[in-house]
Amino acid sequence: MVFLTVIVFSILSQPVSADETGIDSGDTAWMLVSAALVLLMTPGLAFFYGGLVRRKNILSVLMQCFMAMCLITVLWVIVGYSLAFSDKSILGGLIGNLKYAFLANVGFEPKGTIPHQLFMIFQAKFAIITPALIIGAFAERLRFRAYMLFLGLWLLFVYCPICHWVWGGSKGFFGLGAEGALDFAGGTVVHVNAGIAALVTVLVIRKRQGYPEKISPPHNLPLAVLGAGLLWVGWFGFNAGSALAANASGVNAFVVTHVSSAMAGLTWVVLDLIRHKRATLLGVITGAVAGLVAITPASGSVNAMAALAIGMGAGIIGFIAVTVLKPKFGYDDSLDVFGVHGMAGMWGALATGLWATSAVPGNTVNGLFYGNPWQVVIQLKAIVYTIVWSGLVTWCVLKFVDLTVGLCATEHAERVGLDLSDHSETAYTIMD
Amino acid sequence: MKYIIAIIQPDKLDAALDELEKREVHLVTVSNVMGRGRQKGISEVYRSHKEVGSLLRKTKLEIAVNEGFVETTIDAIIKSTGTGQIGDGKIFILPLEECYRIRTGETGSEAIG
Repeated sequence: MVFLTVIVFSILSQPVSADETGIDSGDTAWMLVSAALVLLMTPGLAFFYGGLVRRKNILSVLMQCFMAMCLITVLWVIVGYSLAFSDKSILGGLIGNLKYAFLANVGFEPKGTIPHQLFMIFQAKFAIITPALIIGAFAERLRFRAYMLFLGLWLLFVYCPICHWVWGGSKGFFGLGAEGALDFAGGTVVHVNAGIAALVTVLVIRKRQGYPEKISPPHNLPLAVLGAGLLWVGWFGFNAGSALAANASGVNAFVVTHVSSAMAGLTWVVLDLIRHKRATLLGVITGAVAGLVAITPASGSVNAMAALAIGMGAGIIGFIAVTVLKPKFGYDDSLDVFGVHGMAGMWGALATGLWATSAVPGNTVNGLFYGNPWQVVIQLKAIVYTIVWSGLVTWCVLKFVDLTVGLCATEHAERVGLDLSDHSETAYTIMD
Repeated sequence: MKYIIAIIQPDKLDAALDELEKREVHLVTVSNVMGRGRQKGISEVYRSHKEVGSLLRKTKLEIAVNEGFVETTIDAIIKSTGTGQIGDGKIFILPLEECYRIRTGETGSEAIG
């Protein structure tokens, strides 16, 4: 039945424009690569998280990431892209209409200097990784069927609206659009959003059995490092690709991304040495990721020296969130999604309002340190709106999923491990 | 002195260790093993190929105890890991000839606990 429906829709899709005037082949080439790089971040994230959980749960984490790649893509091309990026908004600018549903009117005509479909598929990769980030918060206890339902609903009701306000709507939602908040590559849309959703999830579902005293350390740090490496490289597509062209703005984004990440990793190492007397590998990769998160909204408007400061701030804030806040408040955010993506994301969004400068190519807005104190206010507004919407609607989605299929695995299933209980598979054989 | 070997279900390890702690049995060696009893367990499915009756994961506990602790150790393991279902596991008691503490050179009952 589903099969027939899909066949019917595939035949009914409308013809689209293939007009190539206005397309820049250099920009298109770069954006094709960028889109691929951003997708690479999702398996990268899968290994980053996978290496950090216990061995009996690694497959469940990898599975959830791959399911994001599959399910989000399908929802995106059917309706998600339209809801996020339609140029006609409905409900007072809350969400886009269905003009682009089934990719109708999405052809190869230029959107900027690249084909529209390229822009669409580039954005699809962002839509994929954002909910995948939340996996870290509920890892090792959310059951698979709950995850699938949560994933689809979260995309449509949380991601698409926020994406529409900040990037998609022609006027933006209460000033959060093009002339308002600066969010080059997704500080609010992706990281604050996922970070708050993670915090809410952690407060709704139960802690893992034995938390915090009996939780085992990362079962495969080398895999986590591999994942972090893929994330770092993929992030160049995430940030530099958000220039939507192969130009100076993209170069700036590339440079500041790298500088911020490096500085944040270094900062975390120093803090580790001070507090724990040992520089840890887990620390340096977490720091690097925090730096990447923080520079994301700022990558289009700050320069490399600002990136040093932003990266350092990300390292400090992330470190405090993870080593002080979490133990103090006792919430079981398994893989520190709130601490790293939420907190560093908020720092980055705020920092954009401080260090934005019109000297950066492609940017016309100045921040506090360049004479304009009001941008900080707008950035704060964007952060608050994101927190409120993401927090509230994520909570609603979770409650709905709990009522329909139930959120957590049984205690027995959790002890056995989700790999076996949800997927009947094991990652590592002991003999042969 | 006795050497106790217990083969239990892996998801019961935490419960077993907790119960042993409660009864002052602190020293234990734990290992991941593969084994087979008469149970089917959770059969693993790799691309629709079902494996039944072959070796499954177990956890092995090895504990050296003085005579006075034998009963309580066995009781602790049975109480914490037993579910009444096939696959709960087995406990083996072996006589232990001698025991040394490497650091101090103590032997016998002193060295065990």
